[in-house]
Amino acid sequence: MSKKNTTAVKVLTQKKARKPKLAVWKFSSCDGCQLSLLDCEDELLAIAEHVDIANFPEASRMVTKGPYDISLVEGSITTPHDAERIHQVRRQSKVLITIGACATAGGIQALRNFKDVKQFIVAVYANPKFIETLNKSTPIADHVFVDFELRGCPISKHQLVEVINAYLNGRKPNTPSYAVCVECKRRGITCGLVAHGPICLGPVTQAGCDALCPSYHRGCFGCFGPKETPNTAALSTYWKTLGVKDDDLVRLFRGFNAYAEAFRKESEAHEK
Amino acid sequence: MKNFIFERAELDNLVETLKRRGFKVIGPTVRDSAIIYDELTDANDLPIGWTDEQTNGTYRLKRRDDAAVFAWTVGPQSWKKFLFPPIQKIFATHRSTKGLDFPNSKKQAPQESPPIKYAFFGVRSCELNAIAIQDKVFLGGPFIDPLYQRKRTGVFIVAINCNQAGGTCFCASMNTGPKATTGFDLALTEILSDKHHYFVVEAGTELGEDILKNVKCTKATEENLATIKNITEQTVTQMSRSLDTANLKNILYQSSEHPRWERTASLCLTCTNCTMVCPTCFCATVEDVTDLAGKQADRIRKWDSCFTLDFSYIHGGSVRTSTKARYRQWMTHKLASWVDQFGTFGCVGCGRCITWCPVGIDITEEARAIRENQP
Ligand code: SF4
Ligand code: SF4
Ligand code: SF4
Ligand code: SF4
Repeated sequence: MSKKNTTAVKVLTQKKARKPKLAVWKFSSCDGCQLSLLDCEDELLAIAEHVDIANFPEASRMVTKGPYDISLVEGSITTPHDAERIHQVRRQSKVLITIGACATAGGIQALRNFKDVKQFIVAVYANPKFIETLNKSTPIADHVFVDFELRGCPISKHQLVEVINAYLNGRKPNTPSYAVCVECKRRGITCGLVAHGPICLGPVTQAGCDALCPSYHRGCFGCFGPKETPNTAALSTYWKTLGVKDDDLVRLFRGFNAYAEAFRKESEAHEK
Repeated sequence: MKNFIFERAELDNLVETLKRRGFKVIGPTVRDSAIIYDELTDANDLPIGWTDEQTNGTYRLKRRDDAAVFAWTVGPQSWKKFLFPPIQKIFATHRSTKGLDFPNSKKQAPQESPPIKYAFFGVRSCELNAIAIQDKVFLGGPFIDPLYQRKRTGVFIVAINCNQAGGTCFCASMNTGPKATTGFDLALTEILSDKHHYFVVEAGTELGEDILKNVKCTKATEENLATIKNITEQTVTQMSRSLDTANLKNILYQSSEHPRWERTASLCLTCTNCTMVCPTCFCATVEDVTDLAGKQADRIRKWDSCFTLDFSYIHGGSVRTSTKARYRQWMTHKLASWVDQFGTFGCVGCGRCITWCPVGIDITEEARAIRENQP
């Protein structure tokens, strides 16, 4: 072994002086993504061995003060107060990872972005004057710098552990941005789009769920948002030749990731 | 040539015999609206009385009004699922005081469990050719792939000659079917008339002949062989698609800026389905995973595709960012550079990429459009 390699091994085997501090933050969201962390039953104890869960109100009332090494941010920005608070979170965080469709794309609540929010408020609340909200529900990355995004509604707990694991070991996380179809085919699932079809958003949606819906004979709902280079227009055009209506296309692309650029443009293209 | 005939009922016996000889018998079976390949408990697992209808982007499983066993063509899966599994651990390593330990290295190989002895039951001619191509890729060069070799060695192959062509088949153009000519231990042809349901079987190896000793056979007659010939000719006539391979390599090499690529790129989803279902596509990526403590690491090999951005990622970015570049890479590799690389086309005309493309892009149509519009 060369001298250089010996040093490298030494550095790697050194016991870390202090456990990295992890915080979990919530903005406009349903808590489902945070629960994915609690859902990591088997892995959670192992994670707690290697990171100091310093601020995670969903799990414990004990809060250690910042700064934090890793912040997991759930939820979108929908109020003026949140738009302020996310900057405080960013200031206290070395690495900020957004988790879930709300934090990465605005979430289902971004459906308001396509309409006038004031009309919703009037329709829903008895005393609209007490409601202070922004016109749009926006992803965290529209407000502060984000180091890493984890997609999904909810996120995959496997990917969450993978990202924490990669951080701890100083390596690149395995969270590819190709289509759900890749995972679907690797699992040997018969493609429903072709075999009974035609609706499945897998070809334009980012992998990460291990083709969960197709494995239950359901088309993909696109909950991981657009994949790399998504050709949504080609898919819509093809479906239209099979008789799918514009209305249906709008609804298809207007789900949990309605405000993600590729899906937003595609739904708008069929709205006329 | 050693040809025999046996009655339909004896097919069960053939599967039984292979199992008794210690083979794990893999064959076609109906699951989730398609005919896929998986372990057979017995011959009743076969797709008896089923068929499929296939065209661009569409596959439909259909009931037949007879009890034919093999009257369908290839489905979404291929035998590569077993020889080159979609996800496979290449090695594991753990950290020690001295550095990294590789328990699988030659010095301290653990007791490996003996490899599975597969019998592939119902391999079509195009698929035999696809296996031969992957053999070349994984075993033919200076570097042998040990994982593939381990699975491939000793596979017993029962081929089935096609008695009908699928809606997307074009093996006749690629010279890879529909009748199996080599690469099998046994090759069956199913013959079903009003009164008589039987198989003609050709033994391709001594082992194949030996296995047949347990099956009640009689010698095939000239008439039986003539029937097979007819069936094959009929199947060829049925094939609705074709791909003209004359001078194809040069045509594609000269056509890298052909306008057709742009047109196809506007339709293609870069979803990778065509490469995943292709029985010859062999690309893989590796992922390294660690345990949380960083004491243990595994290297995992997974099917990859030239349609992803990561596939052509090198320092600084991906080389093939446009869909045009990715589709062109795929088709030019299949039908041109594969020839320079391995001495054969990378396509056996099985039609899977046409059926299983979610938007029905057809490689034969693409090749035709490029050939017919040369400057
Ligand atoms: S079922 Fe959906 S995700 Fe799976 S291969 Fe088909 S289109 Fe892709
Ligand atoms: S391509 Fe030829 S050999 Fe393959 S399934 Fe079709 S007819 Fe049979
Ligand atoms: S390129 Fe298409 S037709 Fe050719 S072998 Fe592959 S899947 Fe079959
Ligand atoms: S050709 Fe079809 S199957 Fe292949 S990547 Fe494009 S859309 Fe997907």
